[in-house]
Parts: sequence; C-alpha cells; structure tokens
Amino acid sequence: MTPEKKVEKILGMSKEELFASGHRACAGCGEALTLRHLMKAAGKNSIVVSATGCMEVVSSPYPQTSWEVPWIHVAFETAASVASGIDAALKKQGRRKGINLIALGGDGASFDIGFGAISGALERGHKFTYVCTDNEAYMNTGVQRSGATPLYANTTTSPAGKKIIGKLEPKKPLPLIVASHGIRYVAQVSVANLLDMQNKIKKALNTEGPSFIHAYCPCPVGWRHDSGQAINIARLAIETRVFPLYEIENGILKFSRKIENPVPVLEYLKTQGRFRHLKEDKVAEIQDFVNKRYEFLLGIEGKKCFDVLH
Amino acid sequence: MKKVVEASMALALGVKLCRPDVIPMYPITPQTHIVENLSEFINNGDLESEMIDVESEHSAMSAAIGASATGVRAFTATSSQGWALMYEMLPIASGMRLPIVIALANRALSAPINIWNDHSDVMSARDQGLIQLFVESGQEALDTAIMAFKIAENRDVLLPAVVNIDGFSLSHVFEEINEPEQKQVDAFLPKYRPVHFLDINNPKTFGPIGFPDSFMEFKLAQQKAMDKALPIIKKTNSDFKKAFGRSYGNGLIELYKMNDAKQAVLCSGTIAGTARAYVDELRKKGKKAGLIKLKCLRPFPEKELQNAMKGLKSLGVIDRHISLGFKGPLFSEAKTIADSKIKISGFIAGLGGKDVSMKHFANVFSELSKSNPKGGWLL
Amino acid sequence: MGKEKKKREKIKFSLGAVIEEPGSTKKYKTGSWRVFRPVLMQDKCIKCGKCWANCPDAAIKQDSKGNFFIDYDYCKGCLICVNECPVKAILKEVEKK
Repeated sequence: MTPEKKVEKILGMSKEELFASGHRACAGCGEALTLRHLMKAAGKNSIVVSATGCMEVVSSPYPQTSWEVPWIHVAFETAASVASGIDAALKKQGRRKGINLIALGGDGASFDIGFGAISGALERGHKFTYVCTDNEAYMNTGVQRSGATPLYANTTTSPAGKKIIGKLEPKKPLPLIVASHGIRYVAQVSVANLLDMQNKIKKALNTEGPSFIHAYCPCPVGWRHDSGQAINIARLAIETRVFPLYEIENGILKFSRKIENPVPVLEYLKTQGRFRHLKEDKVAEIQDFVNKRYEFLLGIEGKKCFDVLH
Repeated sequence: MKKVVEASMALALGVKLCRPDVIPMYPITPQTHIVENLSEFINNGDLESEMIDVESEHSAMSAAIGASATGVRAFTATSSQGWALMYEMLPIASGMRLPIVIALANRALSAPINIWNDHSDVMSARDQGLIQLFVESGQEALDTAIMAFKIAENRDVLLPAVVNIDGFSLSHVFEEINEPEQKQVDAFLPKYRPVHFLDINNPKTFGPIGFPDSFMEFKLAQQKAMDKALPIIKKTNSDFKKAFGRSYGNGLIELYKMNDAKQAVLCSGTIAGTARAYVDELRKKGKKAGLIKLKCLRPFPEKELQNAMKGLKSLGVIDRHISLGFKGPLFSEAKTIADSKIKISGFIAGLGGKDVSMKHFANVFSELSKSNPKGGWLL
Repeated sequence: MGKEKKKREKIKFSLGAVIEEPGSTKKYKTGSWRVFRPVLMQDKCIKCGKCWANCPDAAIKQDSKGNFFIDYDYCKGCLICVNECPVKAILKEVEKK
C-alpha cells in the first residue's frame, strides 16, 4: 500500500483555507476568490481590518464568521484609519513584528469615502498592506456608481438613459495616486492570475512601511455576466489592456506582462451587460481612452517617477 | 505636587498619569492644548505612548477603536465640529464595548461657526452610549480623567467615556492643582485587561452584522451596562477620595445647600460656580436657595436627582443647549423624572460662549419664586 | 435534493457582538443555493488543481490520495470550474431538486 502523500501545496499555493466556506458571497464572486487567495498568501499570522461592503457583509453574519484570523470591521471609510490604530497598538504592546496587518476595502470604500483615510495612513507610513477589491461600483448597496466605475458603464446611479448614457467620467487612477504618496510597493492584481496575485501580496506584506494592492474583481450580478465567467473576463481585461498587471516598486513601474498585441476592447465590453447599451462611437471612445492610459503607463515605465518617502 | 496650570494641562496630566498606550490626535479649538501637551510629554520621553497625528477626527476615533480592539488603553480629544465628525464612530465604540476615553472641550456647533463654550456638542450626542461626565475646575478635570478610565474599563461597564471640559471657560483657565504621584495612580488604575482583543493565537471577529433577531439584545446589554455604571461611578468617586483625598459630590451629582432649599437650580460645568455664588447671596438674604450640580449626564442619575429635589418648591434647569423645535435637553430629562408637585422650568443660557452671569441667575431665581415660574432664554 | 431546513442556531449574545468561533460559516451549507451543479469526471481529471484554485468558495478539495472532488455542501454552482478545467473534465448538470 502506498503511504499517504502529504501535500502541503497545490499549484505552489498554500492549502490552508483562512477564508472559510459558507460565506454568503454570490456564486462566482471575484472578490471572494481574491480574499481566499489573499489569505493563502498572508497566512495565519494576520490581522484583517475590513471596510463595510460586500466582503464584510458576506463574511460576518452574527453569530457566524468566515474569518479564521482576527478580523475587525468598524465602518465604511475606516479600513485605513482603524489599521493605523492597530499598527500603533501592536507597536506599543511590543508584538508588531511577525504580524501581517491587512486593511481591506472595496472600490467604494477606497476610491471614494475612505480615500482621505488611506491618504493619511500612507502619509504617516504605518506598516500595513491595503488591499482594494475593486468590482467597479457600490455593489453591496445594489450597483451604484463609484469613482472606480469605468467610462460609460451602466449603474443604477449612472444609468444608461436616453439623455445620458452611463458614467461620463473615467475611472479614477487610484494606484498612481497611492504611488505618489511615496510608498515602496503598489501592484495591480487579478483573479486571472492567482499565483501572480499571491506573489505580489507576499511582496507587499514584506515591504517596509505601507503597501497597496489593487485587485480587479469581476462581479456577475453588477456587471451582468454569467456566474462562471469571472476568470475569462478578468483575462480579457488584461488582454485588452483595460486592467494591466503591474508593480510600482520603489517608485518605478514595471509591467508584469506587456501586452504587445492587445485584443480590441469591444471583445471585453461584449461580455458584460453593463456595457450592452454602447454603440460604436462610444466603444471607439473607450478604446481610445484605454490606449491613452496604457501609453501613459508605457511612458513612465522603468523611470523613477515617484519619490520614495518611506 | 502642587502647580499652577491651565485646565487643559491639568486634564492632560491626568491622562498622562493613566498611561494611555495610543493617542490619535487632531487639532480643534479649544481642545488643542490638550493634545499639544500630550505630544510634548511623548516627545520629551515623559509619556510612553504611540501618538497618531490623524488626518481627521473621524480617523481619530476610528484609530482609537482599532487600538482599543487590539487591547490597549486609547484616548483622544476634540470639540464641537470635530466631535460632530466623530459622531458616526461614537455608537460604534459603544456597541463594540470599547472603553475609550475622550476629552471634549465643549464648544458650540456651527452654524454660525463659533469657537466658544456651550454644551451643544455633547448634548446632541447623549444617546450614543457613552458615559458622560462634566467637570467644573482644572482639578476636577485631572481627577475625572483618571476616574473615567477606571469606570470605562470596569468589566461590568466597558463603554467609552467622555470627560466634558468647558471650552475656554475652563480649558484655558489657570488654577492651582494638586498633581498626584504616578504610583498613586498606578495603584488606583491598574493596567487595562481587555475581555476580547485582536490576537493571532485566538482569532475573533469584531464588528459583525447584527441581524434583527439579535440587535436589540445587544442594545439591551449596553443599557444594562449603563445601569451597572451608576453604582460603579459612585464607588469610583468614593474610592478616589480614599486614594487621593478628593471627591465630587457622590460622583453623579453634587449638592450645594440643598438640605432645606425651597428653590434650586440644576446645571453642569463651569456655570455651577456662578450659581453657587448667587446661591450664597440669596442665603445671606435668608432665602432658602440651593444648587444641584450634575456631574454625570449618562447614565442619568434619576434616583439621586429625585432625592435631591425632595422638598423643593421650584427648580430652574439651566441648559447650555437647545433641542431646536423643543426645549433644553436637561430640562426635558429632569422634568420627566421629577415629582409633579415641584414646579420645574427650563432656561436656555450661555449659547455660543455668551457669558452666564449673576444677573442671569437673579432672573432665574426671581422667576422661581413666582407662583407660576416660566422658563425662557437668558439672552 | 429537498430544500434544506435552515436551523438557526440558538443565538448567544456575546459582549459587543464579538464572534469567538473562527470559520463558523462552515455551519451554513451554501450548497442549497445551486441551480446547476458541476460534476467532476475523475477518469478525465489530470489533477492540475486549477478548479481547486479558482473556486471562490473553496468547495473543491483534495483527498488524501490526491484526487480532487467537489464538496456539494458548499458548491454554489457558479461553474467557474467548468470553464477553467483545461481538459473539460467537469460537466455542467442541472441540479436535481
């Protein structure tokens, strides 16, 4: 009889599940998948601070919790500020070393309401990693537009109407704003490449001072796509250059993979009901915007464009 | 040790003696001296504390919550608009049963913007589940800061506490105080031992959703903690007397010449000083006047007030806040619990830093001696 | 599969609503949500682990022999695994009620 093989890892990833099953996330949720892998990368010695949002709601229905690590939720805009208090308290207790302090916020919590708190925490240089799970709208409250909602997307507060056809403003470039604070590590990750996500999170956790992970998370309900399509859509987002994977390490941007021959953005927009209303001219505008943003990144690639202050 | 200091410094010294571990701070007039003093203590090495210079008062309270949940003693200070910005976090700190102490240098709420003293900031948040204590002097500020930590951290209480100090009218006033020794305070206030804290060796979830089938029970638990706090505040006050030789009434209210009083006023904070002076003048004239100083607003000392009011013909309640559209909050609460035989009238005074003078108290007492005393605004 | 009767555990009211039992959502079987179910054909499976990795609910597990299997207690039937399997070893079926 062959002895039982003890497998510690699968695909190079820890087998430990620190974000327990039974959470109430929608079937096929990109954010839930991201959290599962965040916790595989971070491990047991972590304290997680969540902002109000989908992930907080689905993971903490009293008296049950999905969290196998110490976890705290306070309010919507407070992930970074609560994390600041925890950082200081752990230092005072002399037990700061060896604990991964993670602040979690959705795009609403990070791009909008908690933006000031993030900026303050980054400026003060607390040792923590902020992970923004970005599903590009206020999903928990029913798909309202946030600063992260992309151009012309249909949401309930930027509806595709007869006069105004969706959100008229482009997506706020949060990772670049964060990088301007002079922190040592900022990265974009996606459910399309989970190993890359885990590696970047590990890098962030091992960085001196604050670090920031921007995670692209498809939402079947909000984006109106089939529940099984999250990974495909995330892949298309990379291939069309809509959501490129990169790192900004010590002020220098480096692409994780350069997309030399991008897929036309129409292929990406076609997959989601939130873009269904768009006609050719608007698709062309979006293509133009995606091109310009990618060219901007190409322009700063490899150069020391951000000060490192921490 | 005796020294002459501003009341802000007295309060800061009291806080320093309590060895807070984390102090998030944000400036706002007229509280700023408190956090400035604490910053100086820290940077001179006289206080071992982690200071967090946050970017808003909302973050100050959030960081205090994070720190307290990590299991340490947390303190912050604010006033008026800053308190209003913290507002979202106040019931959260209370609901999460975190014994954070906040110093509130009472200042009017805008608009119009006004940096001077009244009680509109604290009064409009009296529902939020914090222990609310008032002080009248620098010494009382120092002593009450120490008592506030002890009361808040009591395992039968575990609620945040706010120490109210009248902005400018007290915070910026110099007086001689007696600073206790560190070892005295250490003996009185031991290290904070949290019931729950963020611990990788014992992972717990803080701040979950409370569905309708459990939410009310959590609120009831907070209410019960407030009920338990009443005798605990009294005991803390008497224990403080044993340890430091000073106490303030019975910890909840302070009576002045109430034994045989027929007319009295009820108020809190620095105007009690003026009230006392006027009561003395009336007494010289043979009038049976008295003063009830409210030290503790929450939990509301219902029984103590009822006992104090026995024998009164009339009571004037001085509110430094108006619940616009109705009446002064202290008046409303006192009237609810008082014997219907006592004629109670409410006076609105000293809003936005307007001085409350002997003349105003003269008006009040003259009104109280009428057969049908009417309240009103003391402009 | 009949509708699972939801047994709401007798609620204890902890101090400040702190939950002391980590991972207690495991008591809630989200498998009852399914409309479709993925079915893994062991003979086609190449044990690459992609289905395991891409499940948002950690509902695909590996047994002591190294075989992957779907935990129908938690599988919500999102069918990401059906789409991600490189050899189409997972099929989509309608959930039987």
